[in-house]
Amino acid sequence: MSAASASIVGIDRSAPVRRIAGFMHMLRDNGFRVGLAETHDASLIVASAAGPSPRRLRESLKALCCSTHSDWDRFDKLFDSYFLGRGVKRVVRMTGASQDNRKCVRRLGESGSPERGSQPDRVESDEGQSAGNPADGRGRRMSASQAEATQVKDLRRIVDPEEVALANALAQRLARSMRARLTRRERARAKGRRLDLRRIIHSSISKGGEPFDLVWRRRKPKPLRLVILLDASGSMELYAPFFIRFMHGVIDAFREAEAFVFHTRLVHIAAALRDRNVTRAVERLSLMAQGIGGGTRIGESLADFNTWHARRVIHSRTCVMIMSDGFDTGAPGVLACEMRRLRMRCKRIVWLNPMIGWHDYEPSARGMREALPYVDLFAPAHNLESLAALEPYLARI
Amino acid sequence: MTTGLPRRFNGGASRAATMMTHRDTIAARLADVGYVADRDIATALWLMDHLKRPLLLEGEAGVGKTEVAKALAQVHGCELIRLQCYEGLDQNAALYEWNYQRQLLAIKAREASREDAARIEAHIFSEDYLLERPLLAAIRRERAPVLLIDEVDRADEEFEAFLLELLSDFQVTIPELGTIRASTIPRVVLTSNGTRELSDALRRRCLYHYVEFPDIDREARIILTRLPHIHQALAHEIARVVHAIRKEELRKVPGVAETLDWAASLMGLDVKHLGDDPEAVHATLICLLKTQEDRARITAEVVGRLIDFRHEGASQQMEVGGTV
Repeated sequence: MSAASASIVGIDRSAPVRRIAGFMHMLRDNGFRVGLAETHDASLIVASAAGPSPRRLRESLKALCCSTHSDWDRFDKLFDSYFLGRGVKRVVRMTGASQDNRKCVRRLGESGSPERGSQPDRVESDEGQSAGNPADGRGRRMSASQAEATQVKDLRRIVDPEEVALANALAQRLARSMRARLTRRERARAKGRRLDLRRIIHSSISKGGEPFDLVWRRRKPKPLRLVILLDASGSMELYAPFFIRFMHGVIDAFREAEAFVFHTRLVHIAAALRDRNVTRAVERLSLMAQGIGGGTRIGESLADFNTWHARRVIHSRTCVMIMSDGFDTGAPGVLACEMRRLRMRCKRIVWLNPMIGWHDYEPSARGMREALPYVDLFAPAHNLESLAALEPYLARI
Repeated sequence: MTTGLPRRFNGGASRAATMMTHRDTIAARLADVGYVADRDIATALWLMDHLKRPLLLEGEAGVGKTEVAKALAQVHGCELIRLQCYEGLDQNAALYEWNYQRQLLAIKAREASREDAARIEAHIFSEDYLLERPLLAAIRRERAPVLLIDEVDRADEEFEAFLLELLSDFQVTIPELGTIRASTIPRVVLTSNGTRELSDALRRRCLYHYVEFPDIDREARIILTRLPHIHQALAHEIARVVHAIRKEELRKVPGVAETLDWAASLMGLDVKHLGDDPEAVHATLICLLKTQEDRARITAEVVGRLIDFRHEGASQQMEVGGTV
C-alpha cells in the first residue's frame, strides 16, 4: 500500500487531474466505455478527496469506470499498471477472444482427427449439386439475374476475386433482406387482444362519454433472435469465409443476433463481427477461428455453449443455427446429450450442412446421426441460394 | 490505509476528511442495519450520492443484489420503491396510469348536468384520476426515496431507453397533464442478472458494482446476523459446506437465501454440528439444491466427504469438488 501511495504521489503532484485524464484515456484504449462525463466525475472524486488513500481512489474509480463484469475483472490490473507502474501499460484489445481456454489443447494428438478433418475436402463432387435446388426445393430467386450464377455455384468453387466479392455482397444482402421481410410481416398483424382503455376514454369524450369507438391493443411482436454456431474446423475450411460474411450480414441486420465459432473449442465472435469494416472483421475472425487445428469437438463446444452462454443468449424466441458438417471427433454420446440440453432451451434448432448439397449424401457421420433427432430443420448450405431458402422458415417461427 | 497519504491529490486535507466520514458513516450504518457488506460496496454507495449517478449491480442470481437496495434505504432512513421489471413492461405499469373506471363514472355522472365537454375533460384528466406507478412515485416524494429497478435486463430495450431518459432528466411528461419535475432526486439502484445484454448508454450512465458470492467468513456473519440464535460454530460449518458446494458443477448454484433456509432448517432439526448427523444434512440439502440433477450429483457420500473433510481441519475443500 505504501508503495502505491508513493508512486501516486511522486509522479504528478501538480496536475492530478491531468493524470486522471491520462488514466481515463488508457481505459478507453482498453475498451472501457468512459466518456467526458466520466472523466469529469473522476476529477470530482479526486477533488472531493478520494486522494487520501489509494485504496479509496481505486474503489471509487472502479465503481465509476467499469460497466461490465469483464471490465470489473480487468480494472485492478490496469489501475496498478498505470498508477503503480506495474505490469504492462497497454493491454491489447481483443474482444471476445478471452472466452475460456480451459479445454484448449487438451486433446492434441487424438487419433483419427486429421483424416476425418480433411476427408470432405477430397471428395470429388461434380456440378450436380449446384442448380438443382436442395432437398426441400424451397429455393427463392433473387431478383438480380446476373447474380444468379454466383448464387447457385457451390461456395467452394468460387475462387475468382470478382466472384468472391459478388458472393460476399450477396451474402450480406441476403442477410439484410431476411431481416426486412421478417419485420414487415410482424407489423402487418393488426388484430388486437385487449382493449386500450386510455385511447377509448379519450375518443369517448367527444361522443359524450359513450365508449363508441373501440381501440385495441396488440402484443408487440418479439423479434426473432438468431444464434449462429459456425463450425470452423478443417473440413469446413472452404465454406467458413462465406458463412462468416453471411454472419456479419446477419449480425448487422438482425437487432438480436449472436455468433460463435467452434472447432475444438468455442469462441464468441459477435463483438468482432460488429466491426463495421467487413474485411477487418473477417480477418479478426479468421485469426480467432484458426486457433488449434485438427478435429472438431462439436459436443464439447456445445457443452461450453450450454454452460456459459445459453442462459444469456437464448430467450423464448431464439433460433439456434448450427453450421457444420457433423464430423465430430469428440467422445461419443456427448453431442447427443448436449443437443438435448440445447433443445430444452430454445425454440428451434436449424442445422445447416453444406454436404447435403453434394451428390448421394447420407447423414452417416456419427455426430450427425446423434444430433439429428433434436434438429428441427436439416437443410443444405452449400450455396447462397440455399441460404436464401431459409428465410421463409425463419419467418414462420 | 497507509499514513501520510492525504494532501497528495488535491491538497485539501479537510475536504478529504469529510469524504472519509461520509463513506465511513455509510459503512458503519450498513453494519448497524444488519447488512454485512463486502469490501467496497460502501464506496460505491457513497459515490451514488456524491456524483448523483445510479448504481448498477450485477452478479449471479442469489448473491444479494436486492438486499443492497434494501439496506441503502435503511441507511438513509427512507422509503424503498421497487419496480420489478418483466418482459413487456410498459409505461402504464411503470410510470402512471389513469383510473379508467373512475373516469367513466365521472363522465356518466356529469352527463345529466350538461357540462361543457372541455371542462369534463379537464376534470377527468386531473391529479385525482392519476394512478402513480413506481417511477412516478419515486420522483414525487418529498423525501428522496431509494428506487430499486429490479432485474432491468428482463424489460425490453425500448423500456431501457425510456428509463435512460428518465434517469437523466428526472422529469416526466404526461400529455394530458403537462410535465412533472422531480421534487427530489431518488437514489436509483438497478440490478441485472445478465439474461440480456444491457445497452452501453445505460451502463455508462451508471456506477457499476459486481456482487460476488460472499466468502466463507462473510457468509457466516450473514447467517449469524439473520439467525441470531444459531450456534456460531454451526454457522461457520454451514458457510464452509455451502462454499464447497458452490464449487461443484451445479446447474443452479445456491444463493445466500438458500444458505439461510438451510441454516434455519438445520436449526429446526436441532443439529449442533454437521458431522453429528450426516443423514439430516443430506435430507435438508433440498433447501440448497433445486434441480433433480444437482440432487443426484451431491450424493450422501459426497455430503459425508464434505463434512469429514472439514473435521480433519483442512481448509482446501475445493479439491473435493473436482473429484465427484
